[in-house]
Amino acid sequence: MQSTGLTSGQRRVVVTGMGMVSPLGLGVERNWSRLVAGENGFGRISAFDASDLPAQVAGEVPAGPTESGGLTLSDWVPVKDQKKMDRFIHLGLVAATEAVEDSGWKPESEEDRCRTGVMIGAGIGGLQTIYEASVTVKEGRARRLSPFFIPSALINLVSGHVSIKYGFKGPNHSVVTACATGVHAIGDAARMIMLGDADVMVAGGAEAAVCPLGIAGFCSAKALSTHFNDTPEKASRPWDRDRDGFVMGEGSGIVVLEEYEHAKARGAKIYAEVIGYGMSGDAHHITAPAPGHEGAYRAMQNALRSAGLTTADIQYVNAHGTSTMADDLELEAVERLFGDDARKLAMSSTKSATGHLLGAAGAIEAIYSILAIRDNVAPPTLNLDNPSRESVIDRIAHTAQERKIDTILSNSFGFGGTNASVILRGV
Amino acid sequence: MSEIADKVKKIVVEHLGVDESKVTPDASFIDDLGADSLDTVELVMAFEEAFSVEIPEDAAEKITTVKDAIDYIEKQKAA
Repeated sequence: MQSTGLTSGQRRVVVTGMGMVSPLGLGVERNWSRLVAGENGFGRISAFDASDLPAQVAGEVPAGPTESGGLTLSDWVPVKDQKKMDRFIHLGLVAATEAVEDSGWKPESEEDRCRTGVMIGAGIGGLQTIYEASVTVKEGRARRLSPFFIPSALINLVSGHVSIKYGFKGPNHSVVTACATGVHAIGDAARMIMLGDADVMVAGGAEAAVCPLGIAGFCSAKALSTHFNDTPEKASRPWDRDRDGFVMGEGSGIVVLEEYEHAKARGAKIYAEVIGYGMSGDAHHITAPAPGHEGAYRAMQNALRSAGLTTADIQYVNAHGTSTMADDLELEAVERLFGDDARKLAMSSTKSATGHLLGAAGAIEAIYSILAIRDNVAPPTLNLDNPSRESVIDRIAHTAQERKIDTILSNSFGFGGTNASVILRGV
Repeated sequence: MSEIADKVKKIVVEHLGVDESKVTPDASFIDDLGADSLDTVELVMAFEEAFSVEIPEDAAEKITTVKDAIDYIEKQKAA
């Protein structure tokens, strides 16, 4: 395949491994088959008693035997180490283990280990750990604070633990850009490979904010759905007129990024190429997007420019689409950017099935998009019964669709007015 | 074995995730039982909590084996 745009004359970056854990369960293939089948991962919050909060639904990673797609933590993290990590690190390790094993990359030499890095971020990090530690201090027991409190809560410790587990001694980094984290992690890690800092990067995001502080905090910010507590499966409804906020999800998505020649030389399976990456800032408001989502527009435009593509080259957009008022602004921005090409475009929000995984969202959505390329299937937007805004763009309401898809664009936007888009293409 | 020794052993097994048979009196937390420096800090806290004693930092530094811990706590409890 001919390289394009950003990658022409430069080192090309491909995806050679994928791993995920989400409300749809453990593992990439299970997630994908459930997503395409129109299933969802929602229920009433079970992690704690949320009865005094306005939002009582979430997408939690199901517990259960590994072989049936549930999380049995001791299968992934030794019992004695579990208390040294917040849940977001547990989930990150689960997804990273699947991704690294899937890639088949086992650096044998010191040089290879030094050329393999990790870039896993989170939007919030160890919120529950911080909460529990605060209670300990408040109770006058500051001297009883666990020595593992700090390393358990720090966001970059997923990257740390993955590097320790596998001996990856290359760049060890972490992105923190709220809900744009996952896309930034993949884009930035790809650039590290392009620039020669590493040959392989394990990249993605992890999040576990279904906890009292996480839910109450986003409730106070009026960001969560509150009208579907008795029908959790209906709560996440991007673009639908009855949407009333996002549904918190938890989990992790991790990809193994690899320099193309490096991957080819070892006969690795190649899922897709990272061919474009664009970023922007709104410079507008801490939580609300700029009018017309012009920041999102510029992020997508920058991604297209870096890929050397036009909107005619994109067949599928995985939208940020959180099931909030901002959905229609993103839709508008995509329509404006795509112009006549919008008529041929498929765009869906997989958050309708998983909820919003905050810092992990962009990473799991990049993986879903890669599988959309692999199988030529656009995953559905569930609960899109009555769009609040009509559009020529096919938003794949309710049911997955077979479509010819070779190039996708995936969006993630975060509080603080940070926007990121990544473009992936089949190889 | 004393009640204190039993309880110490149990705490060590629980916190370091090691087999009970390895927790002999002479076993060193770091050299024999796979603990790192943070694990030992946490172990000492667990002893303080379980036995309602205070183990000052300079004393804690000298507790490197199972027997060290048992001896220290027995002495505190006897005092």
